[in-house]
Amino acid sequence: MDQKELRLLENQCIQEEPPECMAACPIHLDVRVFVGQMARGAFHEAWKVLRKTMPFPGILGRICDAPCRDHCKRTKAGQAIEIGLLERACVTTSVPKQRILALPKKEKRIAIVGSDLDSLTAAWDLSRKGYGITLFESGEQLGRSLLAMPEAILPRDVVAKEILDLDELGVEIRLNSPIHDKFFLAYLHRGFDALYLGQGDIAELRDEDNGIFACGSSQHGGAGSPVWQAAEGRWAATSMDRYLQKVSLTAGREKDGPYPTKLYTRTDGVIPLPTVQPLDQVQGYTQDEAIREAGRCLQCQCLECVKVCAYLKHFGGYPKKYAREIYNNDSIVMGSRQANKLINSCSLCGLCEAVCPEDFAMQTLCIEARRDMVQKGKMPPSAHEFALLDMAFSNSEQFAMVRHEPGHKASTSVFFPGCQLSASAPAMVKRAYAHLRQIIPGGVGLMLGCCNAPASWAGQEDRFQTEFSGLRDQWISLGRPDIILACSTCYQIFQTYLPEAKIKSLWQVLDEKGLPGDLSVKHGAVPLTVHDPCTTRHEPETQQNVRNLLRRLGQPYEELELGRNHTECCGFGGLMQNANPDLAKTVVQRLSGQSSADYLTYCAGCRDNLAASGKRAVYILDLIFPDTAMPDPGSRKRPGWSLRQENRIRLKDELLNELWREGSRKMADTRADDHEKIILNISPEVQQTLEDRRILIPDIQKVIHHAESTGEALFHPATGHYMTAFKPYKATFWVEYSVSACGFTLHNAYSHRMEVAGKGQP
Amino acid sequence: MNGDYSSPQDLAWKCRKCNINLIVGPATLTYMGNRMTANLSQCPICGYVLISEELALGKMAEVEQVLEDK
Repeated sequence: MDQKELRLLENQCIQEEPPECMAACPIHLDVRVFVGQMARGAFHEAWKVLRKTMPFPGILGRICDAPCRDHCKRTKAGQAIEIGLLERACVTTSVPKQRILALPKKEKRIAIVGSDLDSLTAAWDLSRKGYGITLFESGEQLGRSLLAMPEAILPRDVVAKEILDLDELGVEIRLNSPIHDKFFLAYLHRGFDALYLGQGDIAELRDEDNGIFACGSSQHGGAGSPVWQAAEGRWAATSMDRYLQKVSLTAGREKDGPYPTKLYTRTDGVIPLPTVQPLDQVQGYTQDEAIREAGRCLQCQCLECVKVCAYLKHFGGYPKKYAREIYNNDSIVMGSRQANKLINSCSLCGLCEAVCPEDFAMQTLCIEARRDMVQKGKMPPSAHEFALLDMAFSNSEQFAMVRHEPGHKASTSVFFPGCQLSASAPAMVKRAYAHLRQIIPGGVGLMLGCCNAPASWAGQEDRFQTEFSGLRDQWISLGRPDIILACSTCYQIFQTYLPEAKIKSLWQVLDEKGLPGDLSVKHGAVPLTVHDPCTTRHEPETQQNVRNLLRRLGQPYEELELGRNHTECCGFGGLMQNANPDLAKTVVQRLSGQSSADYLTYCAGCRDNLAASGKRAVYILDLIFPDTAMPDPGSRKRPGWSLRQENRIRLKDELLNELWREGSRKMADTRADDHEKIILNISPEVQQTLEDRRILIPDIQKVIHHAESTGEALFHPATGHYMTAFKPYKATFWVEYSVSACGFTLHNAYSHRMEVAGKGQP
Repeated sequence: MNGDYSSPQDLAWKCRKCNINLIVGPATLTYMGNRMTANLSQCPICGYVLISEELALGKMAEVEQVLEDK
């Protein structure tokens, strides 16, 4: 990512766009922050917010006509916030005198004619910029139009006190000046570096090229509006400053006045609330009334993506911030890459893009960052290792295979059940394959393996391409049959990387060609809640196929609020579970909590993740191919990491035996490796430890086998336990065990990646 | 992660091969091209070093993460 790409991305996230009120305010008061402080009852803090932007807040705060009000989002749920009354409530509270800060004095001198709010504002702004200011007023007093206002609205002593600030800034004041005398104007033009002509007839004498500026020069409207008047003075001050600095008067001033903002704030679901009416209509709000009125403010912001994504919420920011952090992570030369976790924790599910008014795609940002890290050798080695080892397992001889249907020499279709269904429910694969062979003529081949999504998710593009081209070769060897996919991740991968193949989801095939005739188990009337896998986000047909199947099965169902194209990830996607297991738990718990009903899903990964979170979840094949031995499929536990590999080995083994009559290495008796003969006794507690730490039984067997054949171990005389380590690949596994009547009892296991350099070490 | 990472419980283990109690001594740890020395429980004869569960899942995991993010 370069600077330009970063800017584009940053601009795409609208969270930092100003709220409507601030964008509509002619002087862009930070209304949201101001009202927020008022709601907290922090009147002094609110006053500081006014003072930051507003000239003479004691005056303008009392008489501001609040044009922002017409743009307030609260109108979508009740009435607009009474911002003008809140300003008044703030400035009528006694506030401590604050020192006025000004820049060092400059040589240039400016004459300002008139003393309405525009002239006073110009004098205020320019004197704070360090210019020497002389203010000429034709009358005997400053601010005549202000003094003419009703005392109850704007007391005269307030006007006098506020104008005293100009004295403090060193503004020279000349009353009774003959400002309508043309010679006087010429005198001012000669004696000063620039002139400002306030509201009135002489404003027509404007000549900006010669340093004569005037009210209304910016062509804005708003006559009679105090805040517009102040804004006119402010814009003129900016022009004069630029004129004296000899820079462009117009460049970069598109946002001087009100402008449209891109900030999106959802208001559906907001409870409508009416305006708080002040008891005293003249004096306005009491403090208590003001706090209540300010409390109605929606504090407009977008955060559409953060509201629906536990991952985006977890890192405490929003996409604009994350884009910057990811950019910095890439550009860092020395020190820690602090966004690695952020980059590797995204499930790549794309929900952010689906809900974003501007289509910001966090998943694209993260996957590109991962590819970049892999290419530069900066990907933390442990981030995705476990999943990639599991992928390698699925593509090894232990699971991968490709065959035409028994008794056929060609395939019109091939079934690719994927690695997770085979790991979760191998019997379902067999039943589905049997049914497909019945309903599809011409031979249905079988391919077992992994679609290699983990390599893609890990950013390992080269490895993905290599492995996937192996799958392509297998498909070609079968004669390019149509591919039937049970897993929506596989579907996504094949659709993207094998566009020349005709692919169908298993659900489409079943919807089109029919379910098994004998659906002996009738399903209850209790509705299930459908959870769509996140990889079907852009597959409405697949989503519909599943609902059609449910209808045919007589299974009532309900929808999740976040379903179909707004569905949430279960925490499996994008290898989130590997890089950030704790966050993946939060994510699945969030999903589980969206409905109290049992879930129905059509992704084995989702089903198992939901089950592991304690949620009752049914896989759609549980309904289509009911298992009499499993009358309550919603209660099925998630098979652990080791069993998931064991299930895949067994599935291949049984299929080869039962369908192709090929002698295979039988599970129990003819194990190929010595370590596999080691029999382990494992308590449920230790089993859970292995699950949490992602330690596989074959690795434990290797460690114990190593210790028993070399004698390398420690011994604990008091307990009789052995402790030993072995490094089958990049991680070192430590195992605490004892010898039992048959085999070994496992007491503990853990791993680390750091290596011990020394004699006698694994 | 230089420092002392042995605990009294670690010294309750004996080397099975050498049949001798462990002692505390310096050992070199390496990860991703970085070398560190720490005092760890080990066999005084064959040098077999014990990495306890607490060390592996605590300080060591922390240092691994830091080095991976460098």
